Amino acid sequence: MQTFLEFEKPIAELEGKIEELRHLTDAGDLNIADEVGKLQAKVEKLLQTTYAKLTPAQKVQVARHPNRPHALNYISALVTDFTPLAGDRAFAEDGAIIGGLGRFRGRSVVVIGQEKGHDTETRVKHNFGMAKPEGYRKAQRLMDLAARFHLPVVTLVDTAGAYPGVGAEERGQAEAIARSIERCLRLPVPIVSVVIGEGGSGGAIAVAAADRVLMLEHAVYSVISPEGCASILWRDPQMAQDAAVALRMTAQDLKQLGVIDQIVSEPMGGAHRSPADTMTAVADRVQAALDDLRALDPAELKARRRQKFLDMGAHGLGA
Amino acid sequence: MNWLTNFVRPKIRALYTRKDVPDNLWHKCPSCEAMIFHRDLEEHLHVCQHCGHHMRLDPPRRLAMLFDDGAYQTIELPKVLVDPLKFRDTKRYTDRLKEAQSKTGRADAIMVAHGSMGGLPVVVAAFDFGFMGGSMGMAVGEGLVAAAKLAVLQEAPLIVVPASGGARMQEGILSLMQMPRTVIAVEQVKEAGLPYVVILTDPTTGGVTASFAMLGDVHIAEPGAQIGFAGQRVIEGTVRETLPEGFQRSEYLFDHGMVDMVVHRKALRTTLVRILDLLRRPLPTAEIVRLPHRGEADGPVAAVPAAEGSETRAGAGAPER
Ligand SMILES: [Zn+2]
Repeated sequence: MQTFLEFEKPIAELEGKIEELRHLTDAGDLNIADEVGKLQAKVEKLLQTTYAKLTPAQKVQVARHPNRPHALNYISALVTDFTPLAGDRAFAEDGAIIGGLGRFRGRSVVVIGQEKGHDTETRVKHNFGMAKPEGYRKAQRLMDLAARFHLPVVTLVDTAGAYPGVGAEERGQAEAIARSIERCLRLPVPIVSVVIGEGGSGGAIAVAAADRVLMLEHAVYSVISPEGCASILWRDPQMAQDAAVALRMTAQDLKQLGVIDQIVSEPMGGAHRSPADTMTAVADRVQAALDDLRALDPAELKARRRQKFLDMGAHGLGA
Repeated sequence: MNWLTNFVRPKIRALYTRKDVPDNLWHKCPSCEAMIFHRDLEEHLHVCQHCGHHMRLDPPRRLAMLFDDGAYQTIELPKVLVDPLKFRDTKRYTDRLKEAQSKTGRADAIMVAHGSMGGLPVVVAAFDFGFMGGSMGMAVGEGLVAAAKLAVLQEAPLIVVPASGGARMQEGILSLMQMPRTVIAVEQVKEAGLPYVVILTDPTTGGVTASFAMLGDVHIAEPGAQIGFAGQRVIEGTVRETLPEGFQRSEYLFDHGMVDMVVHRKALRTTLVRILDLLRRPLPTAEIVRLPHRGEADGPVAAVPAAEGSETRAGAGAPER
């Protein structure tokens, strides 16, 4: 079932009309086919104009769209021989972070992806993509594995944030995130991260301190959710739209700030309209990044990664 | 970077001098509400003598408390881009900054100083909770990067004293990026073979805890400090879990293996001096200090420098390391 966002309503209406007309075309009425064609052109135009100027708050909705391809979609579409590896060897397995070995376009890689789930059952299974310490510790373990066998690491970022619960605190959520960042930065092998949906604060950077950080065109990445920011700074969660603007959380802003390296364009109407094309586009860019990084020896790789982060913040949004 | 040249001839900006005329003669303990005379407060290092509550310390007091003879030199914080996002909520971020600056007399929420501790050179970075909740933006991150560089340059241990609500939201993603940046900073200290010690004080939360603050060689927490990742209201509100007794307090973190020790403020300096001494002067030093038990493998070695007496050794002309 297709889910339409609030601002997509005019598009949904047009597409509804097309559906209705299609039911009538059984008779092979040429006029109706004509009409459908016209409406379809209208839909495309509307999609194009709407998506060309999404507001930050709208992008937040798109980034969280339930039909948007999630980490597991990417893995099943792009990784062959995927072999999930589970558990942090200390406390538990964490379904919010999927990880394992697999072959991406011919080469062995370690994949680490944050998975939100797509219906009630899978959302619960993956804890809505909000990892606990064991998830970050599993990520660390997998990065160690990658280092040991000289395999590049690909991470897929899509989380509202690290899980805020008593158990998570008890088991050292902060330490787990800190160590995970540290592990990313210590890696002697290439690490490429893609923000595919929501890059939620510490929970995201934990697996995204990478050589190359790619971001989908309508993905968002922020220090805090606009809702959280609004309730703290405006003391009013209703101000989330303003917060989304102020936080500068879009791919376009982040590119300008030098925080991400590349924006991956989404098909017209967003990733949720054409998941397959989106995933192929991401795969092409990831492959290019990996090809690029392959020539660097471990010391050089690490030094450049560090320098990239140390240089961050030198310039703001436009001079 | 320009500020590096300052290290060769560090500007002596301020040797700490005790404020002679306090604004208020009496302070109310935020925990037990007892009224405490200002002189008692200073004398007890801002720990309530009635209930033991450790009050928040501003960086000058914190630094004075840690360094030998309370003497230290601060370094100028590197300049960073001010208000990179042109952020505005109900107020302009630049106005909030100016307010905090005039209130604290500091450029941002961190102070970096160097001096000696137990005769050893050390670099200390202390947070100022009074400056926008000690939040970490670019200035704080850059301060920590500078502190780490200074430590490496001086071959000195790095001690960081966080007191922070977390990332500074007004700097958006750039505040989040201070997490990897500060992790890199402390990594450089570790790679240089130098000790990195964290003193967790009230409060240490959010992105600060989830980066450099949890990566120390040794974690010391002050009693009763709130230390954690997620805010308590978030946990109660979003996940609807009831918080256990003492949740996210130092003692709770100790019980859960996240800190090495919970140390009363009056013992903090001696503990630090002892740890640094053990790490930085690993060989027997009987020839320097005439202490009979020193150097005997089964002797109470650890107990020897446990008191302020260790300064005598430095004063007696101990070599730099
Ligand atoms: Zn009290």
